[in-house]
Amino acid sequence: MAGSLTDLTITEAAALLEQGTITSVELVQAHLDRIAALDGRIGAYLTVTAGQALDAAHAADERRRQGETDPLLGIPIAYKDVLCTRGIETTCGSRILKGYRPPYDATAVERLARRGAVILGKTNMDEFAMGSSTENSAYQITRNPWDLERVPGGSSGGSAAAVAARMAPLALGTDTGGSIRQPAALCGVVGLKPSYGRVSRYGLVAFASSLDQIGPFTRTVEDAALALGVMAGHDPLDSTSAPLPVPDYTAALTGDVQGVKIGVPDEYFIEGIEPAVAEAVQAAVDLLAGMGASVQRVSLPHTDLALPVYYLVAPAEASANLARFDGVRYGPRVEGGEMWETYRQTRGAGFGPEVKRRIMLGTYALSAGYYDAYYLKAQKVRTLIRQDFERAFAEVDVIACPVSPTTAFRIGERMDDPLQMYLSDVFTLAVNLAGICGVSLPCGFDERGLPVGLQIIGPAFGEERILRVGYAYQQVTDWHTHAPALG
Amino acid sequence: MPALTLEQVEHIAELAKLALTDEEKARFREQLSAILDYAARLQAVDTDDIPPTANVLPVDTVLREDVSRPAMPRDDILANSPASEQGMFRVDVILEEE
Repeated sequence: MAGSLTDLTITEAAALLEQGTITSVELVQAHLDRIAALDGRIGAYLTVTAGQALDAAHAADERRRQGETDPLLGIPIAYKDVLCTRGIETTCGSRILKGYRPPYDATAVERLARRGAVILGKTNMDEFAMGSSTENSAYQITRNPWDLERVPGGSSGGSAAAVAARMAPLALGTDTGGSIRQPAALCGVVGLKPSYGRVSRYGLVAFASSLDQIGPFTRTVEDAALALGVMAGHDPLDSTSAPLPVPDYTAALTGDVQGVKIGVPDEYFIEGIEPAVAEAVQAAVDLLAGMGASVQRVSLPHTDLALPVYYLVAPAEASANLARFDGVRYGPRVEGGEMWETYRQTRGAGFGPEVKRRIMLGTYALSAGYYDAYYLKAQKVRTLIRQDFERAFAEVDVIACPVSPTTAFRIGERMDDPLQMYLSDVFTLAVNLAGICGVSLPCGFDERGLPVGLQIIGPAFGEERILRVGYAYQQVTDWHTHAPALG
Repeated sequence: MPALTLEQVEHIAELAKLALTDEEKARFREQLSAILDYAARLQAVDTDDIPPTANVLPVDTVLREDVSRPAMPRDDILANSPASEQGMFRVDVILEEE
């Protein structure tokens, strides 16, 4: 049994916990054992909270004995290291937060913990979530479980790799420009980016405040729906969390797509996309059409502008958000002899190259004389990108397209060319700029055996639609059941 | 010919309070110039009469009841500081005495 406990989805494990066939302690111990055996090769975790996990598992088992039946009760979970966890080191993959132990939990963490989810540890990430390969972590790289010479994607690469390698059935990530969906695609798992405002950002260390969202990595769409339902909803501690009711996402999983209108955007099948990616996505769309969905072409004419808009808006917001790291309240301080020099030296030593690059870019875009030409212009084009989706969603229910133009690329391959790295996110950025929702799910493999992701995009607060389509797809395919061969 | 001069790079670094090595300055000059060059394609887009999007939600000022509630424990917060004393963050001198 010990080996197979880590193969269980949340839904499967919850059923066994409910029956009393397994305990949370057994389930959590199996995951801790697998982390101990495998993570030296993968590098998904920055911190493993073994003692705390077993204590929480015991408490969960006790709650079950008292009659509680929550599906999350006793389920192990990993958190991206950008989410504040009370008393547990939270570094954002940066030297500048080394040793930081938040005095509070992020709202998403707190809601999952209250339902009985058991924290396994904190996962590796690109520093401050800036990157597409998890190579920008100040601490370690994370390897793709499908090919250890390749990246897991990023920035939530540790969470994606942990779920793919069966070192957690559930992990949280954050998505500012694709940082959940792209690593989910590259690691062959499900990754959901909720609509902006759906999940509270309280306790998520901010990168770009108008774009950031927290979402789950799971192996099935059913599990993603379950996790979203727990995290979603208004939070008085985040003024941008939407005061909207939370639907029963699991009830939206009907298993059929009869009558669902799927739009396929011409602009997402461009030159430079790998043939295996385009073919797998097209085959998935054809399959959904065969199940009763109606498929039509749609146009998102400003798609090619999402990248330049994003790389002005996100760094501008980041340059403001990261001003708080000055060596006064947290993190190491480099004494400079006087206040300004202490700031300069602390920040110069604490931030890595990609973070410095984006702070510089954002500072420039916001600076006197350039604000109108860069930042304001980008915000106006952002409106055009939103309007593209509004027009498309007047015609169709969901949009289907690739997640990333390529499958997992080699470690080191794109590190010297920031623009080439940024192009990994060309199909995911627009969703964040428009504030809408998207899910990535496995839809095939390329000729090297690397996973390909299918992206289903829905309108703002249209998570039920994308989950319904994704769930129906997983009922008739088995891509999501394949596991990397790791021994 | 990079779009940014070395002086501009140094000016931006000073605005952002980032100590950069000469090697970093040279590299960022090249890389930021390439990114800005790529972003220049936005200038060709007609955005007359298009309002900017700062946030996708219709966010108004959100108010809450002004009632007292427990704060986080001071010691937990100060425990993260690289330098604190007497229940306060210790910082460099900000105002010199005349």
